[in-house]
This record gives sequence, structure tokens and C-alpha cells, in this order.
Amino acid sequence: MKHETDVILSTEGLGKSFDGLRANHDIDFTLRKTQVHALIGPNGAGKTTFVSMLIGRLEPTDGAIWFDGRNVTQMPAHKRVAAGMGYTFQITSVFARLSCHENVALAARRKQGGDAAKVEQVVADALSRVGLADRTADVAGDLSYGHQRLLEIAMGLASAPRLLILDEPTQGLAESEITAFKALIRELSAETTILLIEHNMSVVMELADEITVLNFGEVLARGTAAEIHANPAVQAAYLGTEAS
Amino acid sequence: MTRRDLTLHLGLIAGLFALHFLLPAYHHGVFARVMVLAVYAIGYNIAFGYTGLLSLGHAMFFGAGMYGVGLASYHFAIPALPAWIIGLGCGALLALVVGLLALRTEGVSFMIVTLMFAQAAYLVILYYSEYTRGDDGLVIPGDMRAIGSWDLSDEGTRYLLAWALFSIALMLSLWLVRHPFGRVLVALRENEERARLLGYDTGGRKLAALVISGTISAAAGGAYATMFGYVGASFAGVQYSIFALLWVLLGGAGTVLGPFVGVLFMTYLNDVASGVTEAYMLIAGVVLVLLTLFAPQGIVGEIRRRFWKDLP
Repeated sequence: MKHETDVILSTEGLGKSFDGLRANHDIDFTLRKTQVHALIGPNGAGKTTFVSMLIGRLEPTDGAIWFDGRNVTQMPAHKRVAAGMGYTFQITSVFARLSCHENVALAARRKQGGDAAKVEQVVADALSRVGLADRTADVAGDLSYGHQRLLEIAMGLASAPRLLILDEPTQGLAESEITAFKALIRELSAETTILLIEHNMSVVMELADEITVLNFGEVLARGTAAEIHANPAVQAAYLGTEAS
Repeated sequence: MTRRDLTLHLGLIAGLFALHFLLPAYHHGVFARVMVLAVYAIGYNIAFGYTGLLSLGHAMFFGAGMYGVGLASYHFAIPALPAWIIGLGCGALLALVVGLLALRTEGVSFMIVTLMFAQAAYLVILYYSEYTRGDDGLVIPGDMRAIGSWDLSDEGTRYLLAWALFSIALMLSLWLVRHPFGRVLVALRENEERARLLGYDTGGRKLAALVISGTISAAAGGAYATMFGYVGASFAGVQYSIFALLWVLLGGAGTVLGPFVGVLFMTYLNDVASGVTEAYMLIAGVVLVLLTLFAPQGIVGEIRRRFWKDLP
């Protein structure tokens, strides 16, 4: 599968055990370019473990990860980011004592280098896309939780990744902010591939071109929103009343 | 770098130059010493204040510069300027080796590991007393304390040289923290994991910061040796590591002016207090406790918090 040209990321037999506890087991996963791919599953299904291995925060116990035709299994996290992966944390992780501008500028500078004018442009663009244009000078730690989530996404945008991994981006957002977020993802999906770990089913069903369901650390099902919606195994394991 | 930043820092440099002509002899001497020690504190501030590397072993870098100069001058009759460059090299090399090992740890462990390395360096100085003269230290021969026709034992020359070194270190530090590289150091201090996942090689950056920090500290140690003509093991002892931390904390960690303000404040605090009572350390201690309680970000840090948000 790694040889197909429209595949940006794939895993083969990926697994992770913590002292004998099997968090992920034998995951084969394929992510096609310019898709919005959602990763869902009940709490404890191993979603965050899986994406932590993709980005390089955790080392897999078994298997391999391929990004853009390259085996990146042993590559340190910062090099994967430099190669074009972007990641936003499940638990908000911004530079709390720095301004919003500086938070996003740090993300932009790695790619834009010393071109200050370009950095300014990227920062202004990223902040306005998430709706934080008027908070530029504010200290990140003073923002509301929802705004910090948006700032994280702005940092993801500013680093201009070819694959953006968003770990539960809508957690803690208000309904109106979620609507704006959905519009933003639709817009983004034209230029970049998005892997979305998400609990909010309306977000997943509306945005995802393809869905992978994890359960007990293994792939339970994959398919389009309609297929997943209709899948009895998924309903039993996870969707339950939410699907009905 | 904004015009306001430049005006402030160049203003301080100009002010210190003017003081060369204005200060009475005693304070003239104190200021020369303060400026050299401030260079050491500026070096420490790069690691601790900006990058968040709490080292308790920076005296080994100050000492490396000092003994680099001292041994070269004393045993090999190498003149002041080349000896100083040897001192710089010793500091940089030591910081690189210590960094490669100590940066495998972080937080409290890093503090302990750097403390241990510094103790080892201190003991090495005492052990090889045949060359270092142990506790007695080395007195640098008078003819080695000159750069060309400048006699560094002359107080005027000494002040101006201290001033020049301080000016370079201050502007270098200002430039560094305004440079994208320096911004990343601050990002490491604030949230290393986030910085890593923005694609920055955090290990490499921390090592670079430590080497820059150690080299600046060694520059100060080397200059101190030549200017004051004495190289002693006590300068490489744990006390001098703690001094650096205290100066920077008092002046304001993570501010460009903080190290200078901290050294100046501590020096005059001890000076004034010892004029009042023999128990001057008690007064100094009380003032330190008060400052920590009411200005936890240090003097310059407090100014930044209250009046000047963009102060570098």
C-alpha cells in the first residue's frame, strides 16, 4: 500500500504495549491525500496512542509507519513535523505565557525561516482563519479554553503541514465555535490532508470522507460515514444510542 | 529589535562609559568588577532565564575560562589576548561535553548533574595543585596582563576593558533573544513538548544554548583572571554557581538587563550592609527574602510586568 501515489500515510501491523497492556494491536491504516479521515472509537480504544505513534511521541512496539513513501518509524518527532506532519494536542498545549501572535509565529517560523514579512503574513492569516484576529496581542494563558483550542489549530495551520492531525479539536468548544470549526476544516481539506480524532458525531459525520473505528486497540471497521453509520458491529461497540 | 530596545540598552552602555569619568576611585573599581561579573550572569541567564535550564554548575564554565587564561599565562607565558581565547575555547568545550551528558536529564536531575560536574571540576583543580597551586591559586605575572601597550592592571584600562566586554555581551544577548533562535529558546522554556511538535530539534537547541551560555561565562572568567591578576579555586566552587543563580533571579530571569541589575544590586547591598553591621549577611538575607516575596520575577522582571510589557 505504501507504493500507491495517492496515499500520504500508512501503517502496517502497528502495535503498542505498555508493560503487557496491549493499547494498539496490528493496525493497518491508510490515509489518502486531501481527505478528511476521522478516527473514532469509545474512550480507551487507543486513538491517542495510535496518533502519538504517528507523530513520534511514542515508539511503536511492532509494525511500521510510512509517510509520503518513506518509512518514518524510527524518525524523531521534530523531523516528522519538518517532513510535513502537523499535530494539535488533545489536552490544550499552548505557550501560556507568550502572546497569541508569538505562539503562532513559532509555528510559522520553522518553515518560513528568517523571512519576517512572510511570517507576519502567515500569522495574521492563521489567526484570522480561526477567528482570533482581534486577540493577537493577548497572552495565550488568558484566553478561554475554547479560544486556546482555536489557537492550537491556528498553530497547526501556520506550520503549513501536508498532513494535519487534530486530536479532539472540538472538545470544550461552544456550539457556535463548532460550526465555525466545521467550515474551517472544509476549507482546509482542499489543500491538506486531515486526520481527525473526534468524539462529536455530528462533526465526524459531516466532515469525514472516510472513517476508521478503533475498539480495544484494533481496527473494528472502516468506510464512509454512511457505511459506518449502518455497520452493526460499530453500533454495538460504540455508537449505541447516539446513532439511533 | 525596536528602536526603544536599542535606545535603552545603548543608553545603559553610554551611561556606564560616562561613569568612567565621573565615579570616585572606589566605586570606579566596584563597577569594573560588577561589569565583568555581569557578563558571567548574562551567560548564565541564556541557559537559565531564557532556555529554562536550571544549572547549579556554571562556576565550572567561569572557572574554565579563568584557569584557561591562568594556566596559559602562568606556565606558558602566553599573552593576555591569546590566553583569553584559549579560556573561551576551554569553556565552550567543557560546556559541549557537559551538555551532551547532562542534557540527557531535565529539571531537578539536570540541576544535580550539573552540580556534580562542577564539583568534579573543582576537585580536579585542587587535585592537580602541582599546576594549579590548589587553594592558594595563581597570581598572573604582571607582564602577561597587557594587550599591546594597554596595561590591564591599570584601573582606567581595566574599567574600559570591562565596559567593552560587558557592552558586547549585553548587545549579543539582546540580539540573541530577539532573533528567531532566541525565541525558540523561550519556547523550550515555556513548553518543550509543544516546541518539539512544532518541528524544532529541542535537544540540539538546548545544547547550543548551553554552549553559548558556557562560552560567555568563560569569557567573563578569563577576563576576570587577567584584569584582577588572580586565579583561585574558590571561583570554581559551588558558591559561584549559586551567585550566578541569585544575581539572575534578583535582577530578573529572562530579561536582558536583569543580570547586570542583579550583580549591581547584590554588590552594593553587601557593601552597604557591611558598613552598618558585621552581621551584614543577615541584612542581605532579609532583603533577598523580601524581594522574593514581593518581586518574584526580579527587579527588571517586575518593571516589565508593571510598566514595560515588551521589555526584552
